Amino acid sequence: MNFASLNSAKLASSGKTLPSNIAATHAILDRAEWQRAIGDLRAIDAVFLSLWGADDFDRDGSFSIYAAFLLAEGALVLQHKITDVIAPSYPSLARAFPAAARMERAVYDLFGIVSVSVGHESDQRGWLRHAGWPEGLYPLRRSFDGAQQYPVQSEPYEFVQVEGNGVHEIAVGPVHAGTIEPGHFRFSVVGEKVLRLEERLGYTHKGTAKLFESLTQTEAHRLAARLSGDSAVAFSWAYCAALEAITATAVPLRASSLRALALEHERIANHLGDLGALGNDAGFALGLTHFSRLKEDLLRVNVAAFGARYLLDYIVPGGVAVDLSKTAHALLEEQYRTLAHEVAGLRAIYDDHGGLQDRFREAGRLTPELAQDLGAMGLIARASGVAHDLRIDHPWAPYDVLATQLITQSDGDVAARVQVRFDDLSESLRLCQTLLNTLATGPIQAEVAVANSDQLGIALIEGWRGPVMIALECGAHNSIRRCHAHDPSWQNWPLLEYAILGNIVPDFPLINKSFNLSYSGQDG
Amino acid sequence: MLTILSRMIRTGILTEPRTEQNPALSPESGSRPRTAAPLNEDAATVEALQRELWKTLGRALCIRHVDAGSCNGCELEINAINNPYYNLEGMGIKFVASPRHADLLLVTGPVSVNMEEALRRTYDAMPNPKLVVALGDCGACGGIFGKNYASRGGISSILPVDQTIAGCPPSPAAIITGILQAISSAAR
Repeated sequence: MNFASLNSAKLASSGKTLPSNIAATHAILDRAEWQRAIGDLRAIDAVFLSLWGADDFDRDGSFSIYAAFLLAEGALVLQHKITDVIAPSYPSLARAFPAAARMERAVYDLFGIVSVSVGHESDQRGWLRHAGWPEGLYPLRRSFDGAQQYPVQSEPYEFVQVEGNGVHEIAVGPVHAGTIEPGHFRFSVVGEKVLRLEERLGYTHKGTAKLFESLTQTEAHRLAARLSGDSAVAFSWAYCAALEAITATAVPLRASSLRALALEHERIANHLGDLGALGNDAGFALGLTHFSRLKEDLLRVNVAAFGARYLLDYIVPGGVAVDLSKTAHALLEEQYRTLAHEVAGLRAIYDDHGGLQDRFREAGRLTPELAQDLGAMGLIARASGVAHDLRIDHPWAPYDVLATQLITQSDGDVAARVQVRFDDLSESLRLCQTLLNTLATGPIQAEVAVANSDQLGIALIEGWRGPVMIALECGAHNSIRRCHAHDPSWQNWPLLEYAILGNIVPDFPLINKSFNLSYSGQDG
Repeated sequence: MLTILSRMIRTGILTEPRTEQNPALSPESGSRPRTAAPLNEDAATVEALQRELWKTLGRALCIRHVDAGSCNGCELEINAINNPYYNLEGMGIKFVASPRHADLLLVTGPVSVNMEEALRRTYDAMPNPKLVVALGDCGACGGIFGKNYASRGGISSILPVDQTIAGCPPSPAAIITGILQAISSAAR
């Protein structure tokens, strides 16, 4: 990889190619180089992807901190080895990349590795650890017994207080009013106007990263699919792609096209659900009725084509689990035609409906500047004019031959996020039709070799929310040494706190729905 | 407005048709043929379930759903049972916002340690008599997550469970069947 745009010369010389589904480089840096690289990456507007830790005490008596970025050339994974295991620390990224702040808190909760920032105070509050395990115990350290249970303690959590005449707080959650995942929102309001929103997440933390380490390489795709149930295809594909890159497995053409078909179906199903729910949250029940019936139609077609309504176990290492039959072929074509026609009709209704547009426009605006500065990801970024889509920027098979169209809007309000969903949906339907027309014949699975131990690989897949990432380190005898999963909701949750500012409390459900971020995917 | 009305008329009624309808409870009689034939392989199942629901329940049931740590897969299917095909709300079964209004607690996920207290409090806030239904493989037994430092496993490790519904995620028909079983055994 050529880092022409990057000042840190060390990167270009020491970086090694990393097994991945896109071009990727891995560089090991010392503390000073790490710090310099972070500054350089900020200067060239690199996209910050994820931050995670590793306990390598058993191997060489060190901890490691990893940071992944996306550049025009591909992905860059930086690793800094921390040899001070008594008080492990690393220079913070949060000033250059604000999205890293919560990830640094999570790394502390799981590893006890501290981020050190110069010149500003960092947030020391727990993020994933509420009070479910004792302070001073770090679940992802190798010495920690993952099966051990601890009684829940009561620990206070200090929300930031807003003071002033007439300011009061509204606490919402973790149990919300509808069928939705748990999280806590603390609003500070004057009258109906929101002065500040503070989120507290981590309620669905299930110890998935630790659990990965107890699974074999050939079964862990099932857990990946269950990190965030609505992104099952994206995560299971990312896991399998990382494993396949490490083991140099060539996935058959037919299988990779079927995977893309499943991924686009997942995107379409989620967008249909969201478009209906957005109509409903703006008081337009007809939208929910129609979009939910269209979604149900698609799920039933999924049963016929892929063997299940939700494709949790469809993608397996080496390929896919079920082949597409000839009859399903015709069924899919019919489904795409019907959907395109029906969605176009509903879109005209949404676009022309004054009451609906009045609720959508100007609500929950995330300006393009803020989206860029704070590192927005995926759909939310594209609705605020930040044009990134892995399927276009770093296409992996079969997207390398699909010529996906970039969908963006620049207003950054609820209306823009609705438009992006409509456009995404049309583009996905077009991609599905192309995939179907060009579907290769042949096998749907390849044999996956057992990986060499201590091999690191990453994979990035553009799910419906944005890029999901898996960083996989294989152990000996088909085991997993470390698996880090990253959902783009990590980056986008803090942006919701900005988008709501100045809006009224009753608009929050609508604005929140327009983001529709994952709780489970971020909590782990 | 005209487009909206014409869409309503053209789409017709989507709910899987019931053969035996209670005219007193359902003002709607007969359903229009759909323009595009739905792919409802399980239409007969859904229809039978709905008939059974009417027979067993015949009045309102209020459900409070709590996600105690699920992956969000089960939530997608809970949303689906309120789509026009399954039309659970049309059967008098309603999802309510407050546990104080609920007869039945529908819980998904393994119970994460971080949700344990919130789940207990929700249960405690419900009036008696109350039913608990554990939804999905995780709710039933902890599923793929099982018990670990951050997860307590199935719902029954925290609350008395009246009915479990297996599946990952369970289909809408399975969810309706499970709710039906919970209320019919409670009625006995």
